[in-house]
Amino acid sequence: MTLFLEALIGGLLAGTMYSLVAIGFVLIFKASGVFNYAQGAMLLFSALTLVSLNEFGFPFWAALVMTIIITVIGAILIERIVLRPLANRNVMTLFMATLGLAYVIEGMAQGIMGAEIRGFDVGIEDLPIFWGDILISQFDLVAAAVAITMVAILALFFNKTRIGISLRAVADDTAAAQTLGININRIWQIVWAVAALTGLVAGMAWGARQGISFTLSLVVLKALPVLIIGGFTSIGGAIVAGLIVGASEALAETYIGVHIGGGIVTWVAYFVAIGFLFYRPSGLFGDIEIERV
Amino acid sequence: MTFNNLNINWGHAIAIAALFIVPMVATEYWMSVIVLPVLILALAGIGVNFLTGYAGQVTLGAGGFMAAGGYFMFAFAMHGDIRSFPLALLLAGLATAFVGVLFGIPSARIKGFYVMVTTLAAQFFLSWLFIKVPWFYNYNEVPNVTLPPMTLFGFDINDDPVVKYYFTLITVLALTWVATCIIRSPIGRNWMAIRDMDTAAGVIGINAIKYKIIAFAVSSFFIGIAGAFWCFIFLGTASVRSFTIERSFQILFIIIVGGMSSIRGNYIGAAFIFLLPILIDYLVKTFLGPILGGSLDSATLSNINKIIFGVLIIFFLIKEPEGIDKMVRDFTSRFKNRPLTVKQNKT
Amino acid sequence: MSAEEKIISSEILSVEGIEVIYDESILGVSDISLKVLKGEIVAILGANGAGKSTTMKAISGIAVTERARVSKGDIKFKGNSVLNIAPHKLAHKNIVHVLEGRRVFEHLTVEENLKSGTFLHRPTRAQMNSEIDQIYHWFPRLKDKRKTLAGLTSGGEQQMLAIGRALLTKPELVLLDEPSMGLAPILMQEIFSIISQLNKENDVSFLVAEQNIHLSLRHAHRAYLIESGKVALSGTAKELSAREDLHQIYLGVEEVL
Repeated sequence: MTLFLEALIGGLLAGTMYSLVAIGFVLIFKASGVFNYAQGAMLLFSALTLVSLNEFGFPFWAALVMTIIITVIGAILIERIVLRPLANRNVMTLFMATLGLAYVIEGMAQGIMGAEIRGFDVGIEDLPIFWGDILISQFDLVAAAVAITMVAILALFFNKTRIGISLRAVADDTAAAQTLGININRIWQIVWAVAALTGLVAGMAWGARQGISFTLSLVVLKALPVLIIGGFTSIGGAIVAGLIVGASEALAETYIGVHIGGGIVTWVAYFVAIGFLFYRPSGLFGDIEIERV
Repeated sequence: MTFNNLNINWGHAIAIAALFIVPMVATEYWMSVIVLPVLILALAGIGVNFLTGYAGQVTLGAGGFMAAGGYFMFAFAMHGDIRSFPLALLLAGLATAFVGVLFGIPSARIKGFYVMVTTLAAQFFLSWLFIKVPWFYNYNEVPNVTLPPMTLFGFDINDDPVVKYYFTLITVLALTWVATCIIRSPIGRNWMAIRDMDTAAGVIGINAIKYKIIAFAVSSFFIGIAGAFWCFIFLGTASVRSFTIERSFQILFIIIVGGMSSIRGNYIGAAFIFLLPILIDYLVKTFLGPILGGSLDSATLSNINKIIFGVLIIFFLIKEPEGIDKMVRDFTSRFKNRPLTVKQNKT
Repeated sequence: MSAEEKIISSEILSVEGIEVIYDESILGVSDISLKVLKGEIVAILGANGAGKSTTMKAISGIAVTERARVSKGDIKFKGNSVLNIAPHKLAHKNIVHVLEGRRVFEHLTVEENLKSGTFLHRPTRAQMNSEIDQIYHWFPRLKDKRKTLAGLTSGGEQQMLAIGRALLTKPELVLLDEPSMGLAPILMQEIFSIISQLNKENDVSFLVAEQNIHLSLRHAHRAYLIESGKVALSGTAKELSAREDLHQIYLGVEEVL
């Protein structure tokens, strides 16, 4: 029982990371219909920028402000150079463009800031805590707290601010939003910037635990099953699905993986997602009907 | 089937002739390290093209299926004791097609981004399988395998690079011909109907599920064969490391850059994608090397490569979504394209 | 000042022989000319597919987002060409388009929908609330549903919401595409009376595309009848109502000279 709870709690907490990454996807997908493969690369880029500036000698808060500014400028450039020329094109074309974008961002991130694994010290020592006789990672707890805070901030932003309401309006009906004077190009820039910033938060949380390296940008591949389980358009779904994926990976590794050689975390999430596709095709909270034959 | 149906024009004829005289005029380096892998990648591209270009299902699993082709071929040779290279190859292709069907069954009911999840499942599951199940690498210390001595119509396949080259060339060309026939058959037309209007295809009575599964099977067959070639003709050894997710992207880029729904585009795309890094490498070393001095390492090169690749992908999607093939067509259509008149034997 | 000059000076919208092509291949409309004077309600009548919506979208710039373009002719708003201007900029120039099928933001509440219409002129919070109260005064039903998700309201309420939201942009010209579509006759009446009232009291001009001829002619000042992408007939509402052959033309039974 202890083993089960430990695996479950560890998995759930690790799953918050998937949730954080998937939220960035959902934001962009909702507002512009783009499945943004470059989310992982953006995450890597912003996290590397922060660490590099910090290593360069800037205090943490200054490095953070600079990273945010660079991230926002990057989002504006992406909208201008990549998305605007591709407006009104089909979703697959847009997806493949973000593949290209991911290559560019990864190349730049590593070219400028180096490819070695970077430590990222947030001042938390990774001492495990005992809860009863169950081991819990302190980092995971902090990451979960960060995730909850970020979701709360996003909820306020979307429901209380004019930009937030405009974002949701564009997500619902782009043409109607335009007729009311809402500039969708501006909205896309904002959405990409917000998604990149959620990526930065995810990158910081992840980097604090495992260091920042190229593998971060591959997290995006895990986000796909998360999105399928949670639904492409629901932030709440992304959170729950991230937890489901995290928990099922940990439990599968604990109970199945050990018998068949281990390392099954590389593929378990995809099979869970395939299972969900048949059980609940529009995702747990998604409201877009999945396109089916 | 008449020759005319092949739509061979002078350009194609010259290209094929040029491929045949490569061993006579080029160095072994050019033959075995440049032209040979391009041919194999073009074949893999054709495989992905069936599924993505024609049937409209984006796949990120090409790397996994290529690995399957390689390891299955080894299994047939080692455990099945089949020492005829062509026979083992064919069986490997069929076995990969079977795996393709297994992953195609859940994919067939879904489309768009959702298909990507099953292909990613294939990619990561297959990579895992060939590392974790020792049977696939004959219980070696490391999960890399080399074929036992194989025969090829009496030749020893490992003996002579020229034999390898011709065998690859002829097989790839023959499979290209098969691919052209499939695309023009009702199967190919139904794929395109499904791609263009999934719902409507159902309405006009196409069994979309069946044709999607066929697409998975045919696609995996071609990719599996390409994988076996990549392992045992080009590299000489099978290793999962050759078939990571990066390989899947590479093949997908081949069809984006070359032109989706174009068989010829796969050749152009493969040449482009394979040769570009070599060219960049050369140019950077020649021109930037002296300036940068010692700081120019392979990591820098790979980053420059990545950036150029990414920019090209975006460029093509924005400016020429039909790929280089379209540019070639636009260019050649300025000179009137005459079909090669081969004596027709219509019956 | 001659009568003609007076008309030109008060002309708010002038569509001059436009041709609209979709995807560089499909002809949307081939030759449409029409005018809207300040303070007028003008109806565009025609059957499904005649080109009413395409004309409206060409005016509001939404056509561009559907891969269509105006290939011939010109569209002038208050004397200046508005061709190739992005739709959101036209909203800032005081043209608002209520798209066919209502198109409310389904996942926003009724009140959030209304708020979204006010953003372009950056009101203070107090201004925003008083403007929205004004809309509630026109459409009291919306006030009752202010906290309801727009997607869950009835067709009539959605139409009122779409119109109310559009009015909050403070337009001089409202393009209204098929406001009566799918509504019960009593609701159609209600919507059209509100349009008339808004027109009289606020001096807002309306260009209304409709299939419902009688209702439109009762409330419009003038009307254009469109048939296969061309203006087949035009005149004052009175003149057109008097023609007995109107329905036949509308249905395309008779060739029009």
